[in-house]
Amino acid sequence: MSASDWAGDAQNWVFVLLALTMLFTAWRVVTTKNVVHAVLFLVATLAISAGFFLLLGAEFVAWAVVLVSIGAVVVLFLFGIMITRAPLGKEVELSHPSRIRIPAAIISFVLFILIGGAVLAAFGDFGFESDVTRTAAVGDSIFNRWVIPFEVVSVLLLAALIGGIVLARRDPPEFEGGEADARVPAGTAPDRTGAEPDTARPEEAPAATAESEGSAKDKEIAPVGTADAGAGS
Amino acid sequence: MLIVQFLLLGAAVFSLGVYGVLTRKNAVMVLLSVELMLAAININLVAFDRYLADQMAGGQVFALFVITIGAAEVGIGLAIILLVFRNRHSANIDELDLMKL
Repeated sequence: MSASDWAGDAQNWVFVLLALTMLFTAWRVVTTKNVVHAVLFLVATLAISAGFFLLLGAEFVAWAVVLVSIGAVVVLFLFGIMITRAPLGKEVELSHPSRIRIPAAIISFVLFILIGGAVLAAFGDFGFESDVTRTAAVGDSIFNRWVIPFEVVSVLLLAALIGGIVLARRDPPEFEGGEADARVPAGTAPDRTGAEPDTARPEEAPAATAESEGSAKDKEIAPVGTADAGAGS
Repeated sequence: MLIVQFLLLGAAVFSLGVYGVLTRKNAVMVLLSVELMLAAININLVAFDRYLADQMAGGQVFALFVITIGAAEVGIGLAIILLVFRNRHSANIDELDLMKL
């Protein structure tokens, strides 16, 4: 495919526009100093990858990315940031110092050169015409040829669901109270009963006092369940 | 369209994800960079699927599997980070040196 043919195709210019935007947003994800901005740039990156899937005619994958990755995973990330009290503010440093950043940049650049050289050598000028893959065709394929991997993935999701609940719930200190509620155990500490989730919100300092610690423990059950419900839908 | 333009973009975004994994201090930020790498892999899978014009749509189906496993990985990963934060009061991966001699 010659250069003029390539430039004459409008899809390629859409590709260039999306690719430059995606490189910028992906760069900002790994370099921004604000954790929430990083998540929002990840949203932009995933949305642009969905745009690439639409450009390639893979409509179901595109909307699956929008629903699952942008809709559920990003919400999970935001909850993770809130629960772990990730440092907010302009003065905090989220990345390692340049003593580590420069070798990391060299490693990732060399990786890009290696992968890029390999794909250029292997697929240098292989063109293709993208036509739309209908969702019905993808569904037929999943439930005929790929049904065993599909079932395995469903079992994996179930295992991840149970594992997430088991990992994130607090062990109740004692069970003799009949109904063992993980959030309000029978012999609960007095500092945890008075800590409402609303009272913890105004304080933005990452200082881990005992009181904020208690409110963090109170909140940590509910967001995981909410995020799981979002992933399940 | 050329197949190599999608592959080069995927390689670039994957390398940025590697850079993020290597440089970020916060464990949630590391998971964010892993998600970036998964997005790059999905672009490669779907581009090869359309390039090969697969009747089985194998690349797209596996892109869906990657999305699913990425969601599961984020759920488990955040649960583990939560557990670490609960025990160590920090999500900074530099401070997780319990196994260091």
